Amino acid sequence: MSSKKSDRRRFLKASTALAAGALGAKSGLAAEAANEPKAGPRNYANLGERSRFVTTARKDDYLNRLYPSKKVTPLQDLMGIITPASLHFVANHSVPPDVDPREYRLLIHGMVDRPMTFTLDDLQRMPSDSRIYFVECNGNGAPGKHGMSTARPEKTTSENVQDIHGRTSCSEWTGVPLSVVLNEVGVQKGASWIVSEGYDSQKYSHSLPLSKAMDDVLLAYGQNGEPVRPEQGYPVRLLAPGFQGPESVKWLRQIKVVDEPYVTREEISMHSYLSPNLQGKARWFHFEMPPKSVILRPAMGQQLPGKGYYEITGLAWSGGGAIRRVEISVDGGRSWKDAKLQEPVLRFAHTRFRFNWTWNGEETVILSRCTDERGTVQPALAEFSKRLGAPKDFWRTSSVFHFNAIQPWKIERDGKVTDAMEL
Amino acid sequence: MRWNSNLLVPVAALALCATGLAQTPRYNFGRAATPEEIRSYGVLVGPAGKELPPGRGSAKEGAPIYAQKCAACHGKNGEGTKVGPDVVGGKGTLASAHPVRTPGSFFPYATTIWSYIKSGMPANKPGSLSDDEVYALTAYLLSLDEIVKESDVLDAQSLPKVRMPNRNGFVPTVPVWPEAPAQRRQYP
Repeated sequence: MSSKKSDRRRFLKASTALAAGALGAKSGLAAEAANEPKAGPRNYANLGERSRFVTTARKDDYLNRLYPSKKVTPLQDLMGIITPASLHFVANHSVPPDVDPREYRLLIHGMVDRPMTFTLDDLQRMPSDSRIYFVECNGNGAPGKHGMSTARPEKTTSENVQDIHGRTSCSEWTGVPLSVVLNEVGVQKGASWIVSEGYDSQKYSHSLPLSKAMDDVLLAYGQNGEPVRPEQGYPVRLLAPGFQGPESVKWLRQIKVVDEPYVTREEISMHSYLSPNLQGKARWFHFEMPPKSVILRPAMGQQLPGKGYYEITGLAWSGGGAIRRVEISVDGGRSWKDAKLQEPVLRFAHTRFRFNWTWNGEETVILSRCTDERGTVQPALAEFSKRLGAPKDFWRTSSVFHFNAIQPWKIERDGKVTDAMEL
Repeated sequence: MRWNSNLLVPVAALALCATGLAQTPRYNFGRAATPEEIRSYGVLVGPAGKELPPGRGSAKEGAPIYAQKCAACHGKNGEGTKVGPDVVGGKGTLASAHPVRTPGSFFPYATTIWSYIKSGMPANKPGSLSDDEVYALTAYLLSLDEIVKESDVLDAQSLPKVRMPNRNGFVPTVPVWPEAPAQRRQYP
């Protein structure tokens, strides 16, 4: 191999991480390409595939002790606001079912006038709606995932932004509004909650306030124009916009209308959390995901090839509604400037932001900070810790859910991008 | 008092609207579920224990079932293994730097234990335990944490009445974000 060729390979390898258009293209193959590409297939398959040069993929969630099949989304490779279904993150709490749509039944009962079962066909014949919503794991980006906490000694360290923040994804979901179906069964006076259960092996279940269920929750059977993928709850799942992922029960089996939260095992042992300012008490029924933004290029695990122009881009989202503003700092938080928000900017959806930047080659820290439609601002780590009453060194042994502190990325002089969250 | 009755008019109108909306089916898809069909879905048990089935069990009866069907993952004495979490211990640790969240130390209601064992355990054969076995296993776990006595019998009446040590250990997440409490939707 000539030295010229290997230099080119090195350069391509270095720049791959940042090449938005490449979506993780294989640099080695690209290096062989002349002006004339080889002939492609004479006919494409009826079920399309991506280019063989595109390699971006999910990764196994490395904090995967008790549950199988947890995957994180390669956020750094995404364009726009939609996550392809094949790259959507996965978090299951037991063995997923393989549901035959012809056998599928959803039971709705409890405090209703007419307990009923619905087939998939029944649900698909009712009025439908398509809406773009994010789904985020309540533990996404949690302190323990920044490779600092000793709370989980068996874990390895995050390698890139995907490992830390890849538990959020955004899709166009199609389904029948839950309010429409609840109207069919007739919710009785005095009802105030629903409890939903999945078809997975251990029958995952969760409680949701009836006010939310009647507001904007979907019984989703479509995702980005095709049926919901098996790992996302095929054939039917709940989709509770803006609420933590655990509320959106997959492979929906039954909904019971009730008059109190059912305090299921998952919502107690997994989804409530102790907090230092509560002296041994725990928060429960923590629904809305807080406003959060992350710069995805440049981000941890990437390498800047040299000084010059970079588009800083990333995603922002909030369980409080639409993102109103994203600000960028390229000097470690001393000064902030507004990023450009890419349309459409939708409630409870990922919002793409972009910012022009010329790197002078010196070491620096870049950050993003978002504000949602209620005026809620994404906090810095110090403010988050203060609000929580976290003592010094708290993060060395502890983690919390719904962690949305501003993510600082350090750019070193050699172009290496690292995690500068000082936990 | 005129002032008061004027105020009530819009409230009454709202109430009428709400009932009117909620009662009439519009699309007539789906099928009435028979009581047998509903039963075939198993039970979701809330804190009041209304759905608990007949049956009974004590810690004494639970011990051999635990040894046979649970100990492989949760440890001989409930201390946990690499594959299954600890299910015993942790008393008094919740306010410490290393809180241990077992059913006995953390769960506010014993119904949660019953319900999860019934639907989710053992992990390699969920749903295979009889109602009596689940009552007995719940009693056994609670007895290891000295919440019930070894001879106490748990059934549909006594289980919801078990006083869990952390019954008052939870606070609702309101307000969520202190900046804008007035605009925040309040979920109970």
